[in-house]
Amino acid sequence: MSTSLFTKVVHRQLLLAFRRPAALLNPLTFYAVVIALMPLGLGPERQVLADFAPGLLWITALLASLLSAETLLRSDYDDGSLEQIVTSGGSVYLAALGYVISHWLITGLPLMLLVPLFSQLLSMPTEGVLALVASIGVGTLLLSALGTLGAALTVALRRGGMLISLLLLPLEVPVLILGAGLVERAISGLAIQGLLSILIGLAVLAVTLVPIAIAASIRISLEV
Amino acid sequence: MLFQCRDLSVFRGERYLLTSLSWQVLGGEVWQIRGENGSGKTSLMRCMSGLAPQSFEGDLTRTDSLLYLGHKAGVKADLTVLENLRLQLGGSLSEDSADWLQALDYVGLSPFVDEFAYRLSAGQCRRIALARLLCTTAKLWLLDEPLTAIDTLGVRLIEQQIDRHIARGGAVVYTSHQALELTAPARVISLRGEGGRPDVD
Repeated sequence: MSTSLFTKVVHRQLLLAFRRPAALLNPLTFYAVVIALMPLGLGPERQVLADFAPGLLWITALLASLLSAETLLRSDYDDGSLEQIVTSGGSVYLAALGYVISHWLITGLPLMLLVPLFSQLLSMPTEGVLALVASIGVGTLLLSALGTLGAALTVALRRGGMLISLLLLPLEVPVLILGAGLVERAISGLAIQGLLSILIGLAVLAVTLVPIAIAASIRISLEV
Repeated sequence: MLFQCRDLSVFRGERYLLTSLSWQVLGGEVWQIRGENGSGKTSLMRCMSGLAPQSFEGDLTRTDSLLYLGHKAGVKADLTVLENLRLQLGGSLSEDSADWLQALDYVGLSPFVDEFAYRLSAGQCRRIALARLLCTTAKLWLLDEPLTAIDTLGVRLIEQQIDRHIARGGAVVYTSHQALELTAPARVISLRGEGGRPDVD
């Protein structure tokens, strides 16, 4: 029994991310810069910032994920690694799942761990922090699944940058609404279990089903 | 039977590259696909390997135990030589690290085992891909222009590996403008281009 494509892909992606930390740090730096600019643009009024904080934190998370999605499969397409996956006779689905999980580990997980810090830059009430961490953690998993799909669909196009945003934004807006809504509710002291369950359910669906579409898109991209 | 096609037509867009090809590859056979530039060698290879399921018409069956080495070697610049072999994504690779080191030694990369691939020359990167030939268990090898960027010593090395693979009952299909010197002479399939029917010798 050979090591599954899933393990190999995750191992490769993590190794590459640590070799070139730019992949790891770019989305976080982007996040930090945008959040740090908010008080300058909106004014340092604590109440104003606190009101907008859940939405701002979530919009930035979505944009950061979109930013890193474009290059996700590019180098593996260019150097023939994707060809090797398809001709290996192994499961392309598992390889696709590997890309989703490793993308989350590289972009979603660090953001989830650092987002309490960012939330305090916007003086978000502390009641919402736990909900923010949970919603960002689960939500970025959804964004990683959709982002990988966008990358797989556009990898064969030389200039897919604009197209990928166009494709992904409609799919990712519900995640934004749910995620930001969840944090707002937590701040107002309302129950969040319902929304969180929906978000987790969606994430489970995305992580299990989207790799089917990713695998098909990878095959189609190699056809040309 | 490792590969078989009946009445196969390969096309690119609207243009047919070859038509009505009926062909069989058995264990113990070496085939060279010949043809001018643009006659469809690589396109035929991609159909055979399963990379282009929408680019042909006709029946095509092949074994799952397959090693495909295309124009792109699948070598990652940011991984070391050993990691490139260990984490390569093509299937049927031996799991034994002794095998990997032996293969790298054989292709002359043993001094560079822990060197990053971006520090190596194009030919050396190609040799990382060739090391796969030594530790694969795949039965059918599809080698698309295996001699690109390879020196004479490397060519000898490929020939030895093909001979060894054939002796074990495997099969090799390769495209090249240059014929390899093998113990069992390669059979030739010549593509005529422009949708013509290839000559199977």
